[in-house]
Amino acid sequence: MRRIGYFFLYLALIIVGLFQILPLIWLFLFSLKDNNEIFAGSPFALPSEFRWENYEKVWNGGIGTYFFNSVWITVLAIILTVLFASMAAFAITRLKWKLSGLVLGLFMVGLMIPIHSALIPLYSMFLSVDLIDNPISIVITYTAYNLPITLMILLGFYYTLPHEIEEAAIIDGCSIHRMFFQIILPMTSPILATTVVINMIYNWNEFVFVNTFISSEKYKTLTVGIQNFIGQYMTDWGAIGATLVISVLPIIVAFIFFSNKVVEGISSSAVKG
Amino acid sequence: MNKVMSNKFYIAFYIAPALLLLLILVFIPLGLSGYYGLMDWDGIGEKTFIGLENYIQGIQDKLFWNSAFHSFLLAIFSTLSLVIYLTVSFILASKIKGADLLRKIYLIPMLLSSVAIAQLWVKIYNPSNGILNVFLMSIGVENPPLWLANPSIVLFAIFVPILWQYAGFYILIYYAALKNIPESLIEAARIDGASAFQIATRIKLPLIKEVVSVTIVLAIVGSLKYFDLIYVMTAGGPNGASEVMASYMYKLAFSNYNFGYGSAIGFLLLIITLIVTLIIRKLTETKDKLEY
Repeated sequence: MRRIGYFFLYLALIIVGLFQILPLIWLFLFSLKDNNEIFAGSPFALPSEFRWENYEKVWNGGIGTYFFNSVWITVLAIILTVLFASMAAFAITRLKWKLSGLVLGLFMVGLMIPIHSALIPLYSMFLSVDLIDNPISIVITYTAYNLPITLMILLGFYYTLPHEIEEAAIIDGCSIHRMFFQIILPMTSPILATTVVINMIYNWNEFVFVNTFISSEKYKTLTVGIQNFIGQYMTDWGAIGATLVISVLPIIVAFIFFSNKVVEGISSSAVKG
Repeated sequence: MNKVMSNKFYIAFYIAPALLLLLILVFIPLGLSGYYGLMDWDGIGEKTFIGLENYIQGIQDKLFWNSAFHSFLLAIFSTLSLVIYLTVSFILASKIKGADLLRKIYLIPMLLSSVAIAQLWVKIYNPSNGILNVFLMSIGVENPPLWLANPSIVLFAIFVPILWQYAGFYILIYYAALKNIPESLIEAARIDGASAFQIATRIKLPLIKEVVSVTIVLAIVGSLKYFDLIYVMTAGGPNGASEVMASYMYKLAFSNYNFGYGSAIGFLLLIITLIVTLIIRKLTETKDKLEY
């Protein structure tokens, strides 16, 4: 009786798992086929011949550029966000000033903002300082909008750091900057890894800012790039599949290697309302 | 010690970069959105002050309320789907071997961009070659629906990828909360003769009430902000049948160049989101903090 019960529980869990994973397996399979095979053959049949040329074709056809833009914009925004959020967490939890509670409150409110409400004014602000169609606007916007969640994840860790550390450092004649950059920042590296992973996912997948602020092909990132690109290859499913696989692959690879950090980051991002 | 730690120069040095970015790129634009809403403006030319006209027009705009209605429908679907996620989490947390691997598999769609998800599901829903209709035709359905072109089902069709995308996220949160319940409590109930179902509904569920209320807020507020997925899958169509608040605002501003009116709608979106957040928080507030 008990065994039969467990059998059905496992069955339910596996059905959910299949629902989650089958669309992605189908995507990968059709990215390696040509239209004849996709339309005539069985959806989950292995390709008769692995057509890696689909990948080569789209990579050289423009996806390569979008990919590198996504990489450098994601990396630069991560560095700025994590550095500025760490400095802010240090100022809020360790330095003594009257307005720190108010400033923390501002960042908390920042968690709830619907970005679309800020989109038009941001566009006109960037237009007036000539940053429209300039990737700098994307990097600083990503940084600003990811600061609140990154700060929230860091704060918990900063509160648990013992105060004896900075007392000892200052008595030994260590400057504040050295204390922060050489003692505190390295101590927070486990939680920094979590914030890096979560920022990577947000930045890599972001769409609306790039779609609104960037118009030149040479600055577009993958999310926006694949939009135009897929229009071009409307009827070539293999090419579309290859494009989508390329766009999601870095995140999947990061997940395979750092799944625990991703799980930790996603759980702590639950505070993002 | 205290003197060093309250040095004004150091405080400014450490807080300024983050605070300035937050103020300039998040808070000032939000304020400006309300202000631009008072203008007649095409985004390039001169702004003309027209008072509350845009806001009055917004409140009377059938298309806006139509999009708000769709946003709220998605919010209701999302909240109802929490029951499914919760059920799966209960099963997953009941001494299942491989639970850790399973919840990681469930999480994969959550990591992908909404654009990629949207493009993939456009293919899944493709009338003649998508896996859904290929499957339906193989089991004998003669005229399977045109999922994204039929105004009466498009919103449901869009909700399925949303369900798919967020399942792993909510299951992860519920699973972590359920695993936090001390084994001794469950053991005690079992000795008293409680059934598995009673343990789930009478003991575990009340203990994770707070987490459930957080997820309700997330599901509802998140739904009010949906944009990317819908913009890519249907662009609000056919004929406005899947238009939501954010996509309507975007269309007004960046397709029709009606920046003044678009700003007013964007500001209304902000106000609605904040009000709904406050109401849901109030409704789901747990007065008695449980300790265990």
